[in-house]
Amino acid sequence: MTGSFNTVIQLIYLLAASCFVLGLHLMNNPATARRGNQVSVAGMVAAIVATGVLVVHLGTITATGWAVIGAGILVGGGAGLYTARTVKMTAMPQLVSIFNAVGGGAAALVAIRDFMSVGSGITASHSVPTVLDVIIGSVTFSGSIIAAGKLQGLITSAPVTFPGARFVNLIVAAAAVGVGGYVVAAPSMASLGIVIAAALIFGITMVMPIGGADMPVVISLLNAFTGTAVAMAGFVIGNTGLIIAGALVGASGGILTKLMADAMNRSIGNIMLGGFGSGDSVAAIAGPAGAGVQSIAADDAAIQLAYASKVIIVPGYGLAAAQAQHEVAALADLLEARGVEVSYAIHPVAGRMPGHMNVLLAEANVPYPLLKEMDEINPEFARTDVALVIGANDVTNPAARRPGTAISGMPILDVDAAKSIIVIKRSMGHGYAGIDNELYTNPKTSMFFADAKKGLAELTASVKTLVG
Amino acid sequence: MLLTDFIIFVLSLWVGFEVISKVPATLHTPLMSAANSIHGVVLAGAIVIAATAHNAVGYVLAFVAVAFAAMNVVGGYVVTGRMLKMFRRRPAPAAPAPAAQSAPAVPAAGNGKVTA
Repeated sequence: MTGSFNTVIQLIYLLAASCFVLGLHLMNNPATARRGNQVSVAGMVAAIVATGVLVVHLGTITATGWAVIGAGILVGGGAGLYTARTVKMTAMPQLVSIFNAVGGGAAALVAIRDFMSVGSGITASHSVPTVLDVIIGSVTFSGSIIAAGKLQGLITSAPVTFPGARFVNLIVAAAAVGVGGYVVAAPSMASLGIVIAAALIFGITMVMPIGGADMPVVISLLNAFTGTAVAMAGFVIGNTGLIIAGALVGASGGILTKLMADAMNRSIGNIMLGGFGSGDSVAAIAGPAGAGVQSIAADDAAIQLAYASKVIIVPGYGLAAAQAQHEVAALADLLEARGVEVSYAIHPVAGRMPGHMNVLLAEANVPYPLLKEMDEINPEFARTDVALVIGANDVTNPAARRPGTAISGMPILDVDAAKSIIVIKRSMGHGYAGIDNELYTNPKTSMFFADAKKGLAELTASVKTLVG
Repeated sequence: MLLTDFIIFVLSLWVGFEVISKVPATLHTPLMSAANSIHGVVLAGAIVIAATAHNAVGYVLAFVAVAFAAMNVVGGYVVTGRMLKMFRRRPAPAAPAPAAQSAPAVPAAGNGKVTA
């Protein structure tokens, strides 16, 4: 009887896992993605209900245990529901970081609690995943909280570092792994406590030296960590549902980390060693600063845009920081109504997390067929009349194509191939890489010096009054 | 037992790589958010440890784990759904054809109401 009961539970976990895979598969197209999310929810409900039935069947749970579960779901679920409903889309990276933190924290707690109940008689095949879960989960927990704090502006987004920081990182990481090994050899709660402390500290020291612009990589990496921690929790309590789901998330986070690292021209090894965020390792090759830059007035820029047949808008994080996504959508709508072909060129790291810019523009009612990925849009710049660059800097710098600069080899948008380029920018300030953008001194480029939000509103007004 | 689990883990990783590498960059934020929700399945683990708790420490740990995981799973799915709802093709009236030349601002404003 117990055998067949377990079989049914396992089959339901398999069903849930299939729903997760199918849900992720349906996300390969914006048209089916919502259905994918619903399929995933269905799988989740099945897994949780099956677990509830399993717990009843085991019969070890006390009334207090049920109360703890109920209260936890009410408190946590309520907090999750509230934040998910109220969060601004610009704050998505923070929210994802918080969810990474609680997911990783929960995974670590599962292993810690399991270790306490099993005691010192734990076998190696049980304690190895326990230690891994505790380390990865704790690192994710503290690291994600620091990342969220930086994204929210509660902690300075500038890299926080000190002489020998990398050495300290290494020591703390070695302590977590070393004492973790000792826990496997001689299990004790005290040693596990040291592992937890070291891992929590490492999470902090790993993320603190990272600058705000590197957040897409950090969030992706922490997402991969959380997935792995959950998979380890599955090993610890022998739950295949957790193992499969955790592995799927680990794979997803891993892919995104790789994509983001490539888009920022950094190796994952470089990231893992804590060598990222400073961007000062390569001396800036100074160009003739400010020389040969031509500025343009709103009216002239508006006329160029209004009489173009094809315009590509290149948004960067500056656009999101200025909260100007609605203004850019309004300008694009106006141009489209005049018959101008408008599309958006989205660099993979335009934003604070992978794909962030797409969400911000989708929120401003930009239809998703207009949002083009880098590889798709780059060949189109050559037959574009005006490229309108807003708040994007390093990702448009042609210097990346040459060796010997701080951004050499970084994939960029071929904005300089357009017939004419208008850059909306507050000043000639440098981008994150700290080098001059050669695009600005290109004879085809006109600089429209303005705040993104105000500048776009001015352009829209000018188009309306001049040619409306 | 451990070996079987490990096999499942590795194969799931491959399935994940295969499925997720086909997701377009446009949807990477909702993808990460969806993946986030999926790791909320750790709630199942949190419930299991609550079932074996019989003292104050156990209850507290289980409570925090359940609350964390519930926040993860509920918030993750809700915010993913919210984001995906915003991804739309252009609504039918304002087709890409340059027909609405007379009053350019009106379709834009109407657009905003429909999808907001």
